[in-house]
Amino acid sequence: MIALKVNGLYHEIDADPDTPLLYVLRDEIKLNAAKFGCGLGQCGSCTVMVDGKAVLSCVTPLLLLEGKQVTTLEGLGTIEAPAPIQRAFMEEQAAQCGYCIAGMMMRAQALLQRNSKPTDDEIRAELEPHLCRCGTHMRILRAVHRASRLMDTADASPTVHGRAQ
Amino acid sequence: MNAPVILDRRRVLAGGGALIVSFSLTDAFAQDQSAPVASRPGSLKGAPFLDSWIRIDADGSITVFTGKAELGQGFKTAFQQIAAEELDVAFESLQVITADTHRTANEGYTSGSHSMQDSGTAIQNAAAQVRELLVAEAARRLDLPAENLRTENGAVISPDGRRLSYGDLVAADMLHVQAQPKSKLKDPTTFKVMGQPVPRVDIPAKVTGGVAYVQDMRLPGMVHARAVRPPSYGAQLTECDTSAIEKMPGVVKVVRDGNFLAVVAEKEFQAIKAMNALSAAAKWKETPSLPKQDDLLRVLTSLPSQDSTIFQQSDPSAVGQKTIEAVYTRPYQAHGSIGPSCAVAQLVDDAMTVWTHTQGVYPDRQGIAEMLHMPPASVRLIHVEGSGCYGHNGADDAAADAALIARALPGTPVRVQWMREQEHAWEPFGPAMVTRLKASLDGNGAISDWNFEVWSNTHSMRPGGAGSMLAAQHMAQPFAVPAPKPLPLPEGGGDRNAIPIYKFPNAHVVHHFIPAMPLRISAMRSLGAYHNVFSIESFMDELAAAAGADPVEFRLKHLDDPRGREVIEKAAQGFGWQKGQKAPQDRGFGFAFARYKNLAAYCAIATEVEVNRETGRPRLVRAVAAVDSGQVVNPDGLINQIEGAIVQSMSWTLYESVTFDDTRITSIDWQTYPILRFNSVPERIEVHIINRPGQPFLGSGETGQGPAAASIANAIASATGKRLRDLPLTRKRIKDAIDA
Repeated sequence: MIALKVNGLYHEIDADPDTPLLYVLRDEIKLNAAKFGCGLGQCGSCTVMVDGKAVLSCVTPLLLLEGKQVTTLEGLGTIEAPAPIQRAFMEEQAAQCGYCIAGMMMRAQALLQRNSKPTDDEIRAELEPHLCRCGTHMRILRAVHRASRLMDTADASPTVHGRAQ
Repeated sequence: MNAPVILDRRRVLAGGGALIVSFSLTDAFAQDQSAPVASRPGSLKGAPFLDSWIRIDADGSITVFTGKAELGQGFKTAFQQIAAEELDVAFESLQVITADTHRTANEGYTSGSHSMQDSGTAIQNAAAQVRELLVAEAARRLDLPAENLRTENGAVISPDGRRLSYGDLVAADMLHVQAQPKSKLKDPTTFKVMGQPVPRVDIPAKVTGGVAYVQDMRLPGMVHARAVRPPSYGAQLTECDTSAIEKMPGVVKVVRDGNFLAVVAEKEFQAIKAMNALSAAAKWKETPSLPKQDDLLRVLTSLPSQDSTIFQQSDPSAVGQKTIEAVYTRPYQAHGSIGPSCAVAQLVDDAMTVWTHTQGVYPDRQGIAEMLHMPPASVRLIHVEGSGCYGHNGADDAAADAALIARALPGTPVRVQWMREQEHAWEPFGPAMVTRLKASLDGNGAISDWNFEVWSNTHSMRPGGAGSMLAAQHMAQPFAVPAPKPLPLPEGGGDRNAIPIYKFPNAHVVHHFIPAMPLRISAMRSLGAYHNVFSIESFMDELAAAAGADPVEFRLKHLDDPRGREVIEKAAQGFGWQKGQKAPQDRGFGFAFARYKNLAAYCAIATEVEVNRETGRPRLVRAVAAVDSGQVVNPDGLINQIEGAIVQSMSWTLYESVTFDDTRITSIDWQTYPILRFNSVPERIEVHIINRPGQPFLGSGETGQGPAAASIANAIASATGKRLRDLPLTRKRIKDAIDA
């Protein structure tokens, strides 16, 4: 058993220690946002935050996470009460198929938590590990800029949980 | 979800041949009840009953049905807008149900930019006719002429303010009537919902971690499966001791059927571990069968081909003075979905249900039923969104995998997801192509003679039969891969957009259809149009240069189509294109235009590209597009499609080619098949829409692919003075050209 705090809730996880976090989130905790894209750390669609930092959950084994705080997109807000980053992606209509988007949003959230006013170049550099095949990049960039502005005017902290402690 | 076969009322009625229509309604539609099917608009041709498209329940709730599959293009939202507009109901009050063999019409594949034309048109007309029926019924009840009544927000309203809601008006089988060829469509100037940038209905769940994809499905008791694919095409499984694997933690079953090998486990990561062990235990006999990757030009042009002249025009009075020739090539390219293909299947009481992100639930059902030797009526396919596919990727194969494995575990829902390397190695690629062009200019710098030849495989090996699916090909009693066929014109496959839209006095276009398929190939976004438009539009620039003409002016000089001209002018204007203007140092301007399939949306794209002369690295700085897609339903959705087309096509054009040795595909992940990353995303993209109120919807999902490629190639030529004709236009090729 490994204890893990995910989106503010403690979970005792009964899985092999080498199990990547991605499968713990999807299979054990039944969360949807973190996606399997490559299992190789090449595409970013599995990205979540661990202690406020963006992490590729498909290559991060459970054994490294004892006592850590994991935040997924579900932990930032809900459809009814979306976090600024979620509102921004809705307002910019920053998705086509959207499969890559949850991972992008988590890395963008981690960036905005440590740098609330990133430049365009900083956002592009930060999102470099992420692939989008639909070509929604322009909208994703606009959405991150918008999230930065929204966080300025709203409470920057996520609605539910997940702010780096 | 546990009851896989549900016969709904409409189906029972249709099956029993019952057609119950009240007198007033037959009166309303009396004139044209026996109209020829072919004259009905859009997909109403194949599915003429109004209640195949629109259902209104007594409580007033309205459901819209489409046989097309939402692939991330956003048309589910557009269809909801169309239905809301023509029915006169609030957008939010509708629900749209997408492709499901037990609920929706058979609209074949969601492909070829047909969704708006086929399904959108059907829904628009069905909705208008349903509204007419409701008004007729209200007129009967109120004893008033129908023309005195109006509709608003889900109700028919009389001049004195009496209000009859649609739910009250609808009678049991009122909508089970065949559509008329003509509908009283709304005047576009009165549109409230159509034409508006209504936010997409699917995005909120996607950005908050809701259940949004087939990958997210969790049925009670569901298990996880992984296939072990052969290491190469045609490999034979010679040995596989599965005893140790069957004892691994969580393993439920190892499924082997000939060369089809899979493992099922309780948890997903257990399945992956078992798959790795099974993969190590499996011994395969491989046969080198692949051509030389570096010699595709010779390979393709020397394979046996079926040749046909698809366009011929002669005017002996037009005589050329200067002739140029060029050969362009395109490698095999991958759809490269970010999420590997996935499906869930369950066999209950001899009925198989498959949840899949296939583009064609009906054809896929046919293939799966054939593979399982089951009657098609006992197989139900339900479309659930997956990762964007951009054509025929692994979706259908994953559906077949899931069905074959689920058959071995009756009652248990089985989820299969492919691994990254499986998607990259086994998806059917976009076919490699060669084009050879030769044209002459007359004394006035106009094209007098145009010759175009294209060598290509088919561009669709989609299911219909089982033999198109990997699982069926790999079974002990395998199904043969069906013989490839060229896709017929006017849409075409390898010859899609091979016929020039420009007017030339002499023109000759030949399609060399190559039946042999050294690599597994099928439909990829825009099919042959990507390479044909790349070739034509690159060559137009070569000819413009030879004529000393401005590329935009040169295109306009050869184009009669007024909508095409307007699109070109709009893109040029938006870009700030000026005749003879010089780009900044190390930068170039490019332009290209096409009308997709010569019958769908028009798109012109101007680009600015910077080339680093030291490294050869190209960078798309900006792109300005103009698009005419007919009547626009959701302008933001259209812009999103064109932006995406430009960015995706740029990635294909600058970076992408499938690699292989003599036996195996070697581009098996994102390191070996690199695509665009954020450091290469342009500074800006502008899309200008030319709306055509009241005109037919023209498909727009693929119209940008070809023009984007050619525009970038032309900008690189403008920046470097060197013409590159072999895709992709890599940094190395550009550098080599600069240094040559």
